[in-house]
Amino acid sequence: MPDERTSPDLTTPSAADPPPAPPERGRDDAAVCVSIETEGDIVTARQKGRELAATVGFTATDQTILALAISEIARNIISYAKRGTVTLGRLDDGGRCGVSVVAEDQGPGIPDVDLAMRDGYSTAKSLGMGLPGAKRVMDEFDLTTVLGEGTTVKMKKWLR
Amino acid sequence: MAVPLLKQGDVLIASIQAALTDQDLVQLREDIADRVGRFRSRGVVIDVTSLDVLDSFATRTLRSIAYTAKLRGANTVVVGIQPDVAFAMVQLGLALEGIATALDLEEGLAHLDALATEGRHRAR
Repeated sequence: MPDERTSPDLTTPSAADPPPAPPERGRDDAAVCVSIETEGDIVTARQKGRELAATVGFTATDQTILALAISEIARNIISYAKRGTVTLGRLDDGGRCGVSVVAEDQGPGIPDVDLAMRDGYSTAKSLGMGLPGAKRVMDEFDLTTVLGEGTTVKMKKWLR
Repeated sequence: MAVPLLKQGDVLIASIQAALTDQDLVQLREDIADRVGRFRSRGVVIDVTSLDVLDSFATRTLRSIAYTAKLRGANTVVVGIQPDVAFAMVQLGLALEGIATALDLEEGLAHLDALATEGRHRAR
């Protein structure tokens, strides 16, 4: 079974806890973290993403697009870093809702980001459409990578 | 979970159930290459109706299954790609280049039939 962690329950603070900070705008609540260690976890991550997108109100088509983008970045973790996490969260910036997806790994990092973002480029067993494809279908896409330390991909899709 | 392979006449039918892991897809490629020889199949139908997503790995593996089967003398047709799945693939830029597709199992079998008839005519 995949290891799943949910964020701590913030609804019942103990007396010793400081008063809860006001929610930051655009912050995730009810984040779901799926650890990515096997190919089966890719399926779990995209299914969780689809479920979350459905509760936020995305159409079936957009749910599928989001699931596909999650599948691609989760696969990148398996292909290049062996293990990592995909964290899914609901976004609400006051005016609009959406879904955030953060894929993190402590893998080797990406030596040439421009090359990795190019359509059709791949050093592993794929079509090389993963990162550029995911970027194309999401509203926001941010990739940070440090050689020898790991890669983080942050993506957001807003409900229109 | 292995994909069941059914033999119907000279056609092999692979009906993919629910979400497949990468390993299942790779296994399917090996199974099809093996059964095409054992059953002397001329055609292969891969039914992906129940797949919720066709990502780059699945796309690539379907292509390699079709090429492998072709080298073994069988034509492959992929059937049942759902509308949302098709749309998502287009958005992401994924393609099943060089692979025959059909709406459903019935259309897929008709396509293979037409190819076989065409082949017989050419052989005369």
